[in-house]
Amino acid sequence: MHMADALISPAVGGTMWVVTAGLIAYCARKLKQTMKDNLVPMMGVLGAFIFAAQMINFSIPGTGSSGHFGGGLILSVLLGPHAAFLVIASVLTVQALFFADGGLLALGCNIFNLGFFPAFIAYPFIYRLIARGEPWSPSPWPSSDRLAGRHGTLRAWIAAMVAAVVGLQLGAFGVVLETKASGIAGLPFGTFVLLMLPIHLAIGIVEGLATAAVVAFVARARPETFDAAPVAAKDKTSLRPALSKVEGPVLIGLAIAALIIGGIVSWFASTHPDGLEWSIAKVTGKEEVSGSSDAVHRKLAAVQEKTAFLPDYGFKGSGEKDGIATSASPTEPEHVGPSPRSERGKLACHAFGVAKAVEEKWPAVTAGTSVAGIVGGLITLGLVCLIGFALKARRGNV
Amino acid sequence: MSHHIVEARDIGFIYPDKTEALKGVSFRIMHGESVAIIGANGSGKSTLLLHLNGCLLPTRGEVRIGETPLTRQTVVAGRRAVGMVFQDPDDQLFMPTVFEDVAFGPVNAGLPSDEVERCVTLALERVGMVHLKDRPPYRLSAGEKRAITIATVLAMAPNILVMDEPSSNLDPRGRRRLIGLLKSFEHTRIIATHDLELVVEVCSRVIVLDDGRVVADGPALDILDNESLMIAHGLECPSSLRLKT
Amino acid sequence: MRLASWIEIGRMDELARLDTPVHRLDARAKVITSIAFIVAVMSFPRYEISALTPFFLYPLVLIFLGRIPPGCIMQKALMAAPFALAIGIFNPFFDRAPAIVIGSLVISGGWLSFASIILRFLLTVGTALALVACTGMYRLAEGLERICLPRIFVVQLLFLYRYLFVVANEGSRMMRSLELRTCGPMRLSYHVYGSLVGHLLLRSMARAERIYCAMVARGFSGEIKVMRKTSFQPADWVFLLGWLAFFVAARR
Repeated sequence: MHMADALISPAVGGTMWVVTAGLIAYCARKLKQTMKDNLVPMMGVLGAFIFAAQMINFSIPGTGSSGHFGGGLILSVLLGPHAAFLVIASVLTVQALFFADGGLLALGCNIFNLGFFPAFIAYPFIYRLIARGEPWSPSPWPSSDRLAGRHGTLRAWIAAMVAAVVGLQLGAFGVVLETKASGIAGLPFGTFVLLMLPIHLAIGIVEGLATAAVVAFVARARPETFDAAPVAAKDKTSLRPALSKVEGPVLIGLAIAALIIGGIVSWFASTHPDGLEWSIAKVTGKEEVSGSSDAVHRKLAAVQEKTAFLPDYGFKGSGEKDGIATSASPTEPEHVGPSPRSERGKLACHAFGVAKAVEEKWPAVTAGTSVAGIVGGLITLGLVCLIGFALKARRGNV
Repeated sequence: MSHHIVEARDIGFIYPDKTEALKGVSFRIMHGESVAIIGANGSGKSTLLLHLNGCLLPTRGEVRIGETPLTRQTVVAGRRAVGMVFQDPDDQLFMPTVFEDVAFGPVNAGLPSDEVERCVTLALERVGMVHLKDRPPYRLSAGEKRAITIATVLAMAPNILVMDEPSSNLDPRGRRRLIGLLKSFEHTRIIATHDLELVVEVCSRVIVLDDGRVVADGPALDILDNESLMIAHGLECPSSLRLKT
Repeated sequence: MRLASWIEIGRMDELARLDTPVHRLDARAKVITSIAFIVAVMSFPRYEISALTPFFLYPLVLIFLGRIPPGCIMQKALMAAPFALAIGIFNPFFDRAPAIVIGSLVISGGWLSFASIILRFLLTVGTALALVACTGMYRLAEGLERICLPRIFVVQLLFLYRYLFVVANEGSRMMRSLELRTCGPMRLSYHVYGSLVGHLLLRSMARAERIYCAMVARGFSGEIKVMRKTSFQPADWVFLLGWLAFFVAARR
C-alpha cells in the first residue's frame, strides 16, 4: 500500500504534500496547546514499537497465511488522533528514507492514506462510537456481573474490526484515486479498484484482529494503561459539545452511508431509463423532452450546462477515457475525443473506434461515477443539515 | 551546608496498581556523605530513589532537599541540586550525539553556548570520554554509556548524586573505572546497588530496606559484617569481609 | 523478525558518518536538490525513456563522490520494487497499441510506459537512498526543521530513530526465546501474538516513562532545545544551483 514515486505525477504528489504538511502543522499546533510533557518520549517510543511490531507476524486462524498490523488504529487509541497522526507520519518517513518503502514524492500521499483515514475518520467516528468510552477496562462490578464486562469487550472488538476495515478501505481507495489522477499507470480505474479493495478488506480484517488482540491483552494485564496514556483521557472529552450523544452518531452514520453509497453502490445504479424517462419514451418516442426554444429556457439551459460540473453523473469529457461510456442517451452518437490527460486516448480511439460508444457497461465503475455519487450525497446531506439547524435555531428564537 | 541535606520523613508510596512500595521510610543524609541503599529485589530501592528528585511524589510523608520540601512546585529547583543516574543507560541517552546528551541539562538551564561547551568538556574529561563526544550514543559499549550517563549528570554541577545500580552490566575494567570515579567525587553520593563489594570500597554508610521499610541504618562495615541481619533481609555478607575473619 | 533490516539501518548510519565532499554539504541543499530531481523526473510524460537517461548523472555522482557502495543501494531498491512493478506490469496488458517499430519487432505503448516506470523507479529510489546514505538521519532532520517541518515532528523523528534499535532488539529477543521454546514450525498463534506484542507495548510504554523521568531530571520542560547551527556555504550554493540548472536544461 506504500506508493512509489514512479507512479505519481508531480501535480498529485505536490498537492498531497501540501495537504499532509497542513495536517502535520495542524496536529503540531494542536498538540503544543493540549499535550502533557510526557507525550514526547511516548510518541517516539511507540513509533519504534510500531516498527518492531510490524515485523512480527501471527497466523490467521482458519487460513494458512499470516498477518501483522499497520498500527494506525492502536496508536489512535493510545495517543488520540493528533499525536497518532504525527507518529504514523514519522514511521512512514523513516520507512521511506531507509527502506525505500514508498517514495519521497509519494510520501505525502502515503501519510494521508495511511494516517488521515485511521486517525481522523476510523478512530473518532467508528471506533469511539461503537466502543463508547472505556469498554476495555474490566467490569467495575463484582465478578458475577461478568456478562456486562463481556458485552463491553465484544463491542470493543467489533469497534476495532470495523474501524480497521473502513480505515484501510478508504486508504486503498485513496491510493487508487491518486494513481489514476497521475495518469502514469495504465490500469483502468475499475480493474484497479476491484484489485485493491478486496485485498485491503482482508488486510483491514487482519489489522482489526491484531489491534483487538493487543488492546485486549493490555486491558487485561494493565487496565490503568488507558488512563495513563497521555492524551487519551483529554481526548475523550474533545468531541464537539454541540453534537449531542444522539445527533452526533446519527449524523456521522449518515455521512458514512453517503460516502459508501455514493462512492461504490452508485456503480451498480441501473442503466435502464428511470420511471419518468420510460414514460416519456413511451409517449413521445424519446427519453428526454427536448427543451423548448424560447429565450428563458435557452438561458437556463446554458446556465445548467455551465454549472453542472458532473454532467450525467460523470466527469466532463470522460467518455472514452477507459473504454467505458457513461452517456445515458444511447441514440446520440458518442462524442469521441481524447481526454486531456491521457495521450493514450488517441491510440485507444483509433484502436477501438466508435462501436463501443453505444454500449453502456454495468456496473459503471468509473471515477466519475464515484465522485459524482459522493459529492451529490454530501451536498444533499449538507443541505439537509443546514435546513435542520436553521429550523432548530428558528424554533429556539421564537 | 544545610542546603545539601537530603531528608526523608516517613515516606509512603502506593503505585496505581495498588502495590504499596514504601511503608514509612525516614533518614537524614548530610552533605558529603557516601551512602549505599541495599535490599533484596522488590524492597523498594528504585522507588525510593525516584522520590529523591521528584520523579515520584510520595502518597504520604515528604522529601526535603535542604530545608525545602519537594512538591510539584518546587521540583524544578530541587532537580538542579540532585543529579540522578538511572539503571538503564539507554533510557538516559536520547539525543543524537554524546555531546548533545551531556549538553541537554545545561542547555535546559539556559546557559549561554560557550558556558555549555565548557561544562560539557569538563564533564566528559572527568569521566574520560572526551574522545567520544561526536558519536551517537547507541553505538557505545555498556561501560562507555554508563560513564557518559554520569557525565550528563555532572554537567549540571549537582550537589547530590543519586545512582541506581551503577555497576550493573559492567566488565571488570569498566567497574574499576566507575569505582575510581565514585571515590573521587566530593558530592553527597546515594547509591542503590546489589554490588556489595562496591559498597565496601566506596560507601561509609548503609541503609537496608526490606519490604518498603528501613530495617537498618548505620556505618557500612558494621552492617555489612552483621551476618544474621544481612541474611534475614535477603542479603549476604560481601566476600571481602567474610574472608577477612 | 527481520533482524537483517535493522542491520541495514545501522549500515546506512555508518555510511552517513563518512567524510566526503558530498557528506560535508549542507543537508538543506541536498534535500532541495533531490526533491527538485524527483519532480523533474516525474514530470515527463508517460512514454518518455531516452530523455530520462541524463538524469542518472545525479544519483551516480552522489553515490560515487559519497563513496557509497552501489550494491547497497541496488539491493534496497530491489527490495522496494514489488509494489511499483506490480502496478506497472499491467500497462503492457491494457495498452496494446503499437508505438514504435524496431526492425521487425513491434513494441506497444504499454511496454514503453512500463519501461519508463522502471527507469523512474530506479532514479527516484536510488536518489532517495543516496541522499539518506550521505546525510544521515540527524543532519537530515535538522535540515528539514530549518526548511519547514514543525519542531515537534522533527523531535518525533529523532526519538523514533533513536529507539528503533532498542525496541526492535527487545522484540527480537522475545521472538528468539519463543523460537527456542517452539518444537516444530514457528507459527505464532493469535493468542500468543496478542500477549507477545502486548508485552512489547507495555515495556515500550514503561521505557517511555523512564525516559521522561530522565528528561525532567535534567530540566526538560516541554521543548527540546537545539544548540548546533550550521549555515550555507558557497559550496552548497554551487551544488544547489548547478544541479537545478542541469535539471531544467535536461528537461527541455
